[in-house]
Amino acid sequence: MTESLITAILIFTLASFTGFEIINKIPPTLHTPLMSGSNAISGICVIGAVLVAGGETGTTLSTVLGVVAIACAMVNVVGGFLVTDRMLQMFKKKES
Amino acid sequence: MTQLTETLTVWAPSGIQIAYLVAAACFIIGLKKMGSPVTARQGNVIGAIGMLLAVLATLIDRHILSYSMIGVGLVIGSVVGVWIAKAVAMTDMPQMVGLLNGLGGLASTLVASGEYWHTVSHGLPLSTTAVISIAASILVGNITFTGSMVAFAKLQGIMSGAPIRFALQQQLNIVLLVVWAIGSILVVINPADLAGFAGINVISLLLGVLFVIPIGGGDMPVVISLLNSLSGIAAGATGFVVMNNVLIISGALVGASGLILTQIMCKAMNRTLPSVLFSGFGTDGGAGTEAGSGTLNKTVRQIDPEECAMMLGYARSVVIVPGYGMAVAQAQHVVRELADTLERKGVEVRYAIHPVAGRMPGHMNVLLAEANVPYTQLCDMDDINPQFENTDVALVIGANDVVNPAARHDRQSPIYGMPILEVDRAKHTVVIKRGMSAGFSGVENELFYKEKTMMLFGSAKDAINRLVNEVKQL
Repeated sequence: MTESLITAILIFTLASFTGFEIINKIPPTLHTPLMSGSNAISGICVIGAVLVAGGETGTTLSTVLGVVAIACAMVNVVGGFLVTDRMLQMFKKKES
Repeated sequence: MTQLTETLTVWAPSGIQIAYLVAAACFIIGLKKMGSPVTARQGNVIGAIGMLLAVLATLIDRHILSYSMIGVGLVIGSVVGVWIAKAVAMTDMPQMVGLLNGLGGLASTLVASGEYWHTVSHGLPLSTTAVISIAASILVGNITFTGSMVAFAKLQGIMSGAPIRFALQQQLNIVLLVVWAIGSILVVINPADLAGFAGINVISLLLGVLFVIPIGGGDMPVVISLLNSLSGIAAGATGFVVMNNVLIISGALVGASGLILTQIMCKAMNRTLPSVLFSGFGTDGGAGTEAGSGTLNKTVRQIDPEECAMMLGYARSVVIVPGYGMAVAQAQHVVRELADTLERKGVEVRYAIHPVAGRMPGHMNVLLAEANVPYTQLCDMDDINPQFENTDVALVIGANDVVNPAARHDRQSPIYGMPILEVDRAKHTVVIKRGMSAGFSGVENELFYKEKTMMLFGSAKDAINRLVNEVKQL
């Protein structure tokens, strides 16, 4: 357990540094799409929700919690990616 | 057949992990591509592909037995997601982002609670680290959830955007945090302590509300980006609960990107994050009244639309400075019409965007993009400021604090040191505004009393409509 915890902390730390590096110097024009797009990515907890909802040892309550979590996370994922795309397609360089 | 099942049992777990790795790579590449307007759309699609891959890979996990309930959740969430993404108006984007942040937080906290419940109800042991992860996930997830809901309510106008403050607010927050920590320790000692578990849930929900209610409208860009970061951290904490690497990686990425935005917003207001969160503007009446008494002998020059149209029509260069007033009046389309009309007359038109104009990072950019303004015409603060000296007319539309010259020289002013758009350096400045009220900071704007400044009173939409008509007649 301790070993996997340390690995998890390691991964978290390295991913944070990666995040800081790749998102640095984002132009202000893209601030809103970056927020809604990254928010869609945080909907990744849908995976945890699927594991909780469909788990073999699930109880009624944990299944219900899992299903509600799936629904919330999916609104986040689908709504987030779609609305980001909707915004980004408005960002034009020059008028056609 | 049995052989096939066996092969699957052996290889599926590795396959899932590899799919997760690819998904994480997609998120990193996608976010990287979000850094440039040219590749951003592609980046978003790559992120979505990564997400699809991760979800599909999870569905073949052999621990999953019942698919019907999962299907119900996936379908409901997707339908609602598609609907709100299509239905939301661009002017409502700050609320939308707030709402999505909140749902992300809620999902994280529900996963942690579900995991806790099914372990405890089966009498299975919960390790100390697992309980700590669950408690952390619930704290961050619940704060993100209720905090975002309050932000949503404020932005949607369901509740007043004014800061709500009361005595001993900070002390109450600290007490609640301490109680949360004690509750968490109780659950660590005895994981089956349901009362303690319920307690840390309630307290963290309450903390979310208390965290956002004292923050006013103009500070919303900071709050929205901070909640964005928290929604990522909540997902990462949930990753520790279910020990899933792709959750941890994605959570950390989103947490980092939100923090960067928060930092940019704070810098654009020359304030620290604690000062935004814990000591809002306009609470100490001192600065406001002081400025108020000094205005008695100042005069304001008014201009009518006809005169203003002439000024604009015969200018060589015009810089438009939009603010929250433009968003409220939904004037972005008429603003673009005015710019088009001026350009046809040979006037060079650009837009100067302050990073914290509006209610979320990039608010003005999204609105102007909706009105078909090419993003190449939108200038950042640092690029446009040196050019105001060669600008004939700076047209301020519903912006206030971000153009207040007091930020440059008045050490007494609460906004001293905040980087501003230096519209007062233009040859003429026209301010379109409904009245003489102070900006969000509660400070009066000395720009309005300057010799080169002219005020055009009225709602942004009406005033600009009239300007368009007048310019057309020139």
